[in-house]
Amino acid sequence: VCIHRVRSCSSVRSVKSKYVCVFDRSALNFSHQQRLLRTSAVSCGQIVQFKLSDIGEGITEVTVKEWYIKEGDSVSQFDSICEVQSDKASVTITSRYDGVIRKLHYSIDEIAFVGKPLVDIEIDASKGVASEEDVVETPPMSHEEHTHQEIKGHKTLATPAVRRLAMENNIKLSEVVGTGKDNRILKEDILNYLAKQTGAILPPSPKAEIIPPLPKSETVPAAPKDKARKIPVPVSRPIVFSGKDKTEPVTGFQKAMVKTMSAALKIPHFGYCDEIDLTQLVQLREDLKPLAEIRGVKLSFMPFFIKAASLGLLQYPILNASLDENCQNVTYKASHNIGVAMDTEQGLIVPNVKNVQVCSVFDIAAELNRLQSLGSAGQLGTSDLTGGTFTLSNIGTIGGTYAKPVILPPEVAIGALGKIQVLPRFNGKGEVFKAQVMNVSWSADHRVIDGATMARFSNLWKSYLENPASMLLDLK
Amino acid sequence: MILQPSLRNCLWLSCVLRTPKAEFRSTAGGGLIIQSVSNDVFQNLAVEDWIHDHMDLEKRQVLFLWRNSPAVVIGRHQNPWQECNLRLLRQKNIKLARRRSGGGTVYHDLGNINLTFFTTRKKYERMQNLKLVVKALKALRPQLDVHVTDRYDIMLDRHYKISGTAAKLGRTSAYHHCTLLCNADKFVLSSVLKSPYTGLKSNATPSVPASVKNLFEEDPSLTSEMLLDAIAKEYATQHQTDHRITLINPADETLLPGINSRTKELQTWEWVYGKTPKFSVSTCLNMAYKDSVLEVKVNMDVKHGRIEMCNIDLPEQWLPPALYSELVRSLTGSKFCPNETTTRVTTLQRVCPQDDELHSRWNLLCENMIMLM
Repeated sequence: VCIHRVRSCSSVRSVKSKYVCVFDRSALNFSHQQRLLRTSAVSCGQIVQFKLSDIGEGITEVTVKEWYIKEGDSVSQFDSICEVQSDKASVTITSRYDGVIRKLHYSIDEIAFVGKPLVDIEIDASKGVASEEDVVETPPMSHEEHTHQEIKGHKTLATPAVRRLAMENNIKLSEVVGTGKDNRILKEDILNYLAKQTGAILPPSPKAEIIPPLPKSETVPAAPKDKARKIPVPVSRPIVFSGKDKTEPVTGFQKAMVKTMSAALKIPHFGYCDEIDLTQLVQLREDLKPLAEIRGVKLSFMPFFIKAASLGLLQYPILNASLDENCQNVTYKASHNIGVAMDTEQGLIVPNVKNVQVCSVFDIAAELNRLQSLGSAGQLGTSDLTGGTFTLSNIGTIGGTYAKPVILPPEVAIGALGKIQVLPRFNGKGEVFKAQVMNVSWSADHRVIDGATMARFSNLWKSYLENPASMLLDLK
Repeated sequence: MILQPSLRNCLWLSCVLRTPKAEFRSTAGGGLIIQSVSNDVFQNLAVEDWIHDHMDLEKRQVLFLWRNSPAVVIGRHQNPWQECNLRLLRQKNIKLARRRSGGGTVYHDLGNINLTFFTTRKKYERMQNLKLVVKALKALRPQLDVHVTDRYDIMLDRHYKISGTAAKLGRTSAYHHCTLLCNADKFVLSSVLKSPYTGLKSNATPSVPASVKNLFEEDPSLTSEMLLDAIAKEYATQHQTDHRITLINPADETLLPGINSRTKELQTWEWVYGKTPKFSVSTCLNMAYKDSVLEVKVNMDVKHGRIEMCNIDLPEQWLPPALYSELVRSLTGSKFCPNETTTRVTTLQRVCPQDDELHSRWNLLCENMIMLM
């Protein structure tokens, strides 16, 4: 091995060869140092020009479409190098060698020629140059595995022999815990991983190629010799957790939330909570549901909550207002554009129903249906998502009772509705009856709204919902 | 040292297990015909990937038959904004998929059948496969005027394209797939494959539009099932194998380990849109504001589906400069996607100064920008 290295070194870099060889001779028995040598020396391997192999069908040129590696990356045999395209065929070019990429001969969209060099690879000196034909019929690295590595942007450290062992057994290197230096995966790690899978300690592979000799401390401990005579001492195996922290950039959606919530923080919130008896409303909705369905609309409780809120806002318009930046002016908004918080795949969005003050409960239900279907398809428009003046958040559909909602600027109030629970309550005669109870939690801007106003609004809203017939008196 | 049964043998094994032994001996030929029970384009594309990566095609080649519910499928290196009407796709709930093979854009529905020929890399031979299809068609209806062009298209009556081809080559295996128009909705096809987006400049593979015709129009007695059967029969004959079509379920994780995560990967935004080669948008918005029409030049660079650079040439002071830079900052780095942009700009509006005039200008500009996506 040493002699080979001397030869290849002298052909590449004559200046460094003396130093390298001296170091190498004395370091023959120590694998770690051998590895150190490989990683610290700038180039001591042979640079091979990997040529673009025949594509078939007489094709002579292709267009390079995507590089999977860059200069300086280390590759193993069969790793994907790039994607080229020729006449409706997309070809994945894989590496024939193990080594380090030293030069890419083409950039994206350039034409590459069959038979001409594609990349320069510096071969691992200890392996020598791999033969021209494909030697082993091993399965190509699955695209999924490759993309997995690509996305994670993290190359697992392992010698080519270890990689081959992993590949032969269809093991993902990213799932194996490396116990070598710098979390390098050793052959023992692969065997331990397999042992965990098959439940047995297995003998090392007879086909193993050049295995760097391991220092004694890392060999697998021998099975205990004495049998069941002494009290068995549990073998303390260090609990290995191979999970890693994952850092991702804040998504577009989260960035939007950051902005809104930072602005909301400036608003001095106060809360007010109450309990609503929806027994009568539940019955009313049951009666009206089929009527709405005939007209093609799904009727939930929200349209009632929204309409009752609008009726309340007519009496307490300060809750439908907006305070300007300097806190100089309060604008009482004429339209009641009541926002409904929706939970979608992307996160929380708040489309609003426009002009609730002139809508019937049925109109509101129909509009909610429209917004909900657009919301789940991710197709809400800007007009649906802007112009809100007051918001209701029905967290009860997911669960929970009381909440502490955050006001969405430029609004001044928000209500969070808990889930409807069946609870025992006392009626006027002192008898216990089954009540349908829902909790509401309001938050309001204390700069322009006081507790009494919030309480009165809440009471009015509550009375409309506890006795739905009273809504008829004030319906516009 | 191979300790677990290697995945390449898994599918073969399952087939063996399902076929009674006596019959199996006669099917030990060079070909295997499988058909998907699913019409989901992502599941079916995932099956192609799986076979390409896991099956040993040395001993037997595979023919995979599949059909999809309405979907537009773009080639590996194409730009979806250039190729199709994304707005219409979203409205009509038509899926968009990016396949791993090269080539151009196609519209799939149940009237358009897909055939994938899996071979080893050495046995990759597209002309042979297409000639097989033509032979099968002629055996079914001898009067059909169908032939293969040197662009690997199949033409009907010399003028109309009824099949397009694409291929994927890996290290040891390869596949060639093609479509066949039986009874697809031509109206939807032509409207979704027309892009309304202007000012796009990129090196993505462009599609070559062609006049198409359904085989059903030529001969109304033909159905997709008949065509699939005829092709399977011809394949079986040429590969000296039993004319038996094995049904597979692309959601079966035990049969195809890892298939569900492949299906998911094909549906991610990063794959479908993020793999678009770098492109630039250089266009002019015509915004009708009050009594005039504003011409606003917009320049954007999009890489990996995200806006790298954005420049909007607004009249001076039309928007307060602070707000304009806030908008540009918000767009830069975000996805070139109407949904994400809508969420961002509507949220930004909440922290804008409260001014109706300003709000209407903001909304107008944002809506126009979103139309570009």
